[in-house]
Amino acid sequence: MGRVWKYGDNVNTDVIFPGKYTYKSMTPEEMAKHALEDLDPEFAGNVKPGDVIVAGKNWGYGSSREQAVACLKAAGVKAIIAESFARIYYRNCINLGLPAIQIPDTSGFESGDEVEVDIEKGVIVNRTKGFEVRFPPFPEFVMEIIKDGGLIEHIKKKMGER
Amino acid sequence: MGMSVTEKILARAAGKDDVCVGEIVTVEPTWVMSHDNTAAIISHFRKTGAKRVWNPDKVVVILDHVVPAATAEYANNHRKIREFVREQGITNFHDINTGICHQVMAEKGYDVPGAVILGADSHTTTPGAFGAFAAGIGRSEVAAIWATGKIWLMVPPTIEIRVNGEFQRGVYAKDLALHIIGDISASGAVYKAVEFRGDTVRNMSIASRMVLTNMAAEMGAKNGIVEPDEKTLTYLKGRAKVPFEPVYADPDAEYERSIEYDASDIVPKVAFPHTVDNVRDVDDAAGIPIDQVFLGTCTNGRVEDLEVVARILKGKRVKVRTLVFPASWEVYRGALAKGIIDTLVKAGAVIMNPGCGPCLGAHAGVLGDGERCLSTANRNFKGRMGNPNAEIYLASPATAAATALKGEIADPREVL
Repeated sequence: MGRVWKYGDNVNTDVIFPGKYTYKSMTPEEMAKHALEDLDPEFAGNVKPGDVIVAGKNWGYGSSREQAVACLKAAGVKAIIAESFARIYYRNCINLGLPAIQIPDTSGFESGDEVEVDIEKGVIVNRTKGFEVRFPPFPEFVMEIIKDGGLIEHIKKKMGER
Repeated sequence: MGMSVTEKILARAAGKDDVCVGEIVTVEPTWVMSHDNTAAIISHFRKTGAKRVWNPDKVVVILDHVVPAATAEYANNHRKIREFVREQGITNFHDINTGICHQVMAEKGYDVPGAVILGADSHTTTPGAFGAFAAGIGRSEVAAIWATGKIWLMVPPTIEIRVNGEFQRGVYAKDLALHIIGDISASGAVYKAVEFRGDTVRNMSIASRMVLTNMAAEMGAKNGIVEPDEKTLTYLKGRAKVPFEPVYADPDAEYERSIEYDASDIVPKVAFPHTVDNVRDVDDAAGIPIDQVFLGTCTNGRVEDLEVVARILKGKRVKVRTLVFPASWEVYRGALAKGIIDTLVKAGAVIMNPGCGPCLGAHAGVLGDGERCLSTANRNFKGRMGNPNAEIYLASPATAAATALKGEIADPREVL
């Protein structure tokens, strides 16, 4: 169970993780401190492990920087649910092992809602509002990457098996 | 059923006769490109357990983002990259005296028709100007390609953008790109290929076509593409790194959507803060005071761009600080030979070394609190140029030059 942080359409990578930090070496904890810095200054200090981001269209558009995913994962975000994702961001989510879930309409969610996300079953339950949304499960190879904790870990495992 | 250029390239790369939209194919890229972020990719690569990159001749590394290094940390990143390049025998390495990766990829002949190019930078859509499939990916994915030589790609639906007619005086490829983005929005082409067609595109220089495919990233596109033609082949003569076979769309190619524009309808455009699709006519922006003009970037830092600027600034003085970053050393030398740099220096512009400059907000001209910048770059997100309390307006080099003269956003048609 986690709480919803609700945002709108076209949230770009620069406000998720500013470009001025992208070529600095940071630990995940340091990255988490800058998460959503130029969008929602309340986020980094108040997010709790298991929380979920819910957004509108085109979440994460702009730069290819992976830290825009990594900083949220490090902050404890368990999943990002949006009406659509920018394509590089979507791939980065899978490749870092953070489920990116696309559903047609996120207008029923509000910040603070308590939700449960089950990626195996493909269901989101909003306990606060009392509704559930189903989504198509990830293809098997994508699920494997997510379960392995991301693409790098996945390849490491595969290389070990060879 | 006919295929679009993008579908045909992906089918060929996957070793198939045809592919359908939505199909996932696994391909070996022609090139995998990265820049200063190579330092972080090296760390990911080490974690995979792989010892050698799958093919050092297909790895391209170009230092451009923070060059020369602004701090000890950047310097150490560059050092780490140079050591890795030596260790792995990567010959396609371009150090800080070459230029912006997307420009260098073109000049050094990596961008060839039919190629499959992946790069750890969102504007890797640019090589599409040469009829290549080219898309941006994240750092982990580049590390994965280094380790395995493979990447999975979904075959995207293609949107056809057809442009006919002649531009009015003072209107350029950048104005067209901004007009399209304002029309279809920053999410108008998410997950999709955008194929630019029509007389206007045919009549454009290679440099102008690169503006369109570069800005396709700002439509949310997976890739932007222009069919190769005589101009493409002429540019590549003596330049192409590898043999290539051009790919053209089938006459009965199926497009998800076709959008038509008449180039003669378009006027100079300005993207207002803080999104690229917040586009208005220059009339609506005229008079907004500007603190800095930023000329350059992978969008508009080529000779033809600097040439227009020099024509406008010749014999005059800029009213606001004006930074000029040629997109590459080849551009720099070309501009020197044509006397462009001399004109710009005499007009009071600051000539910087080729590279990304302050576009991503890390160095060399970041903005102060409350400042406004008129930029020829491709992004104006809040905080993009290093300060969330600053504003960025995007426009063509001609509009930027007119603005530099007046100290406020100005219509280039008044000074051309």
